[in-house]
Amino acid sequence: MNGTYYLYAERLSVGYNGRPLIENIEIGVRRGEILTLIGPNGSGKSTILKSIIRELKPIAGTVVLDGRDMASLRERDVAEKLAIVMTERIRGELMTCRDVVATGRYPYTGRLGILRAQDHAIVDDAIRTVHAEDFAECPFNEISDGQRQRILLARAICQQPEIIVLDEPTSFLDIRHKLELLDILKTMVREKNVAVIVSLHELDLAEKISDRVLCVANGRIDRCDTPDNIFHGAYISALYGIETGSYNPLFGSVELPKVSGEPQVFVIGGGGSGVPAYRALQRRGIPFAAGILAESDLDWPVANALAAELFSIPAFAAADAQTEQDAVSRMRAIGKVVCTVPAFGETNAANRRLYEAAKAAGILVDPDALLKGVEA
Amino acid sequence: MQTDGANARITPKLRLIIGFAFLCAALIALVFLNIIAGSASLNLSEVFDGLLHADSPYRAIVMNARMVRIVPAILLGGALALSGFLLQTFFANPIAGPFILGISSGAKLVLSVTMIAFLSRGVAVGSVALILASFVGAMLAMGFVLAISAKVRRMSMLVICGVMIGYICSAITEFVIRFADDSNIVKLHDWAMGSFAAIKWDNVAVMTVVVLPALVLTFLMSKPIGAYQLGEVYAKNLGVNIKAFRAALILLSGVLSACVTAFAGPISFVGVAVPHLMRRLFKTAKPIVMIPGCFLGGAVFCLLCDLIARTAFAPNELSISSVTAIFGAPIVILVMLRRQKEATR
Repeated sequence: MNGTYYLYAERLSVGYNGRPLIENIEIGVRRGEILTLIGPNGSGKSTILKSIIRELKPIAGTVVLDGRDMASLRERDVAEKLAIVMTERIRGELMTCRDVVATGRYPYTGRLGILRAQDHAIVDDAIRTVHAEDFAECPFNEISDGQRQRILLARAICQQPEIIVLDEPTSFLDIRHKLELLDILKTMVREKNVAVIVSLHELDLAEKISDRVLCVANGRIDRCDTPDNIFHGAYISALYGIETGSYNPLFGSVELPKVSGEPQVFVIGGGGSGVPAYRALQRRGIPFAAGILAESDLDWPVANALAAELFSIPAFAAADAQTEQDAVSRMRAIGKVVCTVPAFGETNAANRRLYEAAKAAGILVDPDALLKGVEA
Repeated sequence: MQTDGANARITPKLRLIIGFAFLCAALIALVFLNIIAGSASLNLSEVFDGLLHADSPYRAIVMNARMVRIVPAILLGGALALSGFLLQTFFANPIAGPFILGISSGAKLVLSVTMIAFLSRGVAVGSVALILASFVGAMLAMGFVLAISAKVRRMSMLVICGVMIGYICSAITEFVIRFADDSNIVKLHDWAMGSFAAIKWDNVAVMTVVVLPALVLTFLMSKPIGAYQLGEVYAKNLGVNIKAFRAALILLSGVLSACVTAFAGPISFVGVAVPHLMRRLFKTAKPIVMIPGCFLGGAVFCLLCDLIARTAFAPNELSISSVTAIFGAPIVILVMLRRQKEATR
């Protein structure tokens, strides 16, 4: 590991009661960079984070913070550099949110911990950073989970750290608060040039905010790479051992397993119009065929994940005669067709011909009726 | 409970001033009431005469009958409440206190054994030896409680175990007292129930030397105590040396409760109830307010309870613990009910 890392671990082994859970961890994070830990439940993400912040004693190896071995640093030396947002429920009895934020000033105040004017200014600033002005004076025990995480982040910001370690800060938050929290974090990194180590469950968010991603699984560090390389191909499915359903690396979205069996409906889709129909059929447990979709089509990934049978052509290509012919005969055999495409363009001529053929054969079904479950 | 309108007008600073003014006023009023009340009733001018003039005819009664009891009630009451606050912080348990966790009873046990051993040889026990024996007992009981707290997660379990430790210690104490000489039994029995009656001025000097420095040290620890209230992980991250801090907290609360037991016997419920009353009064858990607040509050609480113990059924005297229990135990029940309500909200 070289000196440009603000915090790095060398041959670190972590675990409980002297038994290593993960060995030979080599990680590093630079200032202005977000390192995200992902991996299945119980893989040891929290254990690694707890060992980095010295809540757990490492079993072997060293963690170096700003060029110095953390084992040799005093608590207060660490306090001025590293702040935490952990999953432990903070007690905060009879404390307002502002009181909780102000505890971040601890390393900088005198013997009795009385805040000076500049400390109050920093507390106010941190509260503004997390957009918590409205509930800053509320009792800490009476605010929502989303507000609580923001206050804990403000507390960490108040500590004016050079690195922040967060353990699953977005768990239990709704989507809006997840986005807000990560946006605040990203802004912090950009403006204050702090380093961030964070563990996340949300792969889609991890892909978007991380500079580098550390994958923890099966008692080891599986990979550490840029998100482009991690969220690629079948790697995530393998990392999490996804057997039920599938993970789409492009959209970072997940799909439940497809309904297999003899297709009962043929969906003519394209341009994203097919997705609602695919999902509706999947929810009702009806196997379906989809076509004709180019690999570049918006509908393609979902159809690929959900359709029992997919008529697929290469990206940006027009359908070849053979595929079109196969699709038409399949459509006739199934005997029930839904077309979700509002208008056909030039490259989509094959689908227009499918539509006309279905109409002529009298097997075209109104998509609304199908989705309402009348036909099903 | 006040209405929201009233709360809005009381700023935290104003609440602080009102709170401390109230406690000081109550303390002064109770000191005078305690001097006036008793078998030989005095009026105010006689009280001032006795307090201010060494040659006053009332000097003996004011100083040697009344003040010798008032000063320890203040010091030991404050010490108990402070010890309770420290234990509640340490265990993150709102119903912790030196009596409930069995620490007072542990101190009582070792103290009884020591006293009987000394007295049976005809040796008088000095104040310092009393405190030391009591401290050893407190630390032994604390050791058990700590061992249990490492095993149980639920705070109610910790309290139940503490109460059990208290019963075991009390039972053994009873047993030991049975084997003591007749002349010692009366003295020990009175003390084992809790009383300020037997304290003398040289005891007061020793307890002052112990309690006041402990109060100052505790106050100087306000900052780490505040950080610790967030939880151990956050306290450590903020720069608290957790091991040293926990040891200091245990030693301080042990010294404070041992000192009380050494001179006044085990006094129940002050340690657990007063910190709650102070939280309600000041509407904060900040140690920098709570530490002086608890000390003053404990002093006021004990002065009031001792006044009742002495005067309610005069000339018979109640044990101080029976009075503190009547006021303190309902507070503990209220706290638990409130917690339950908050947990289910």
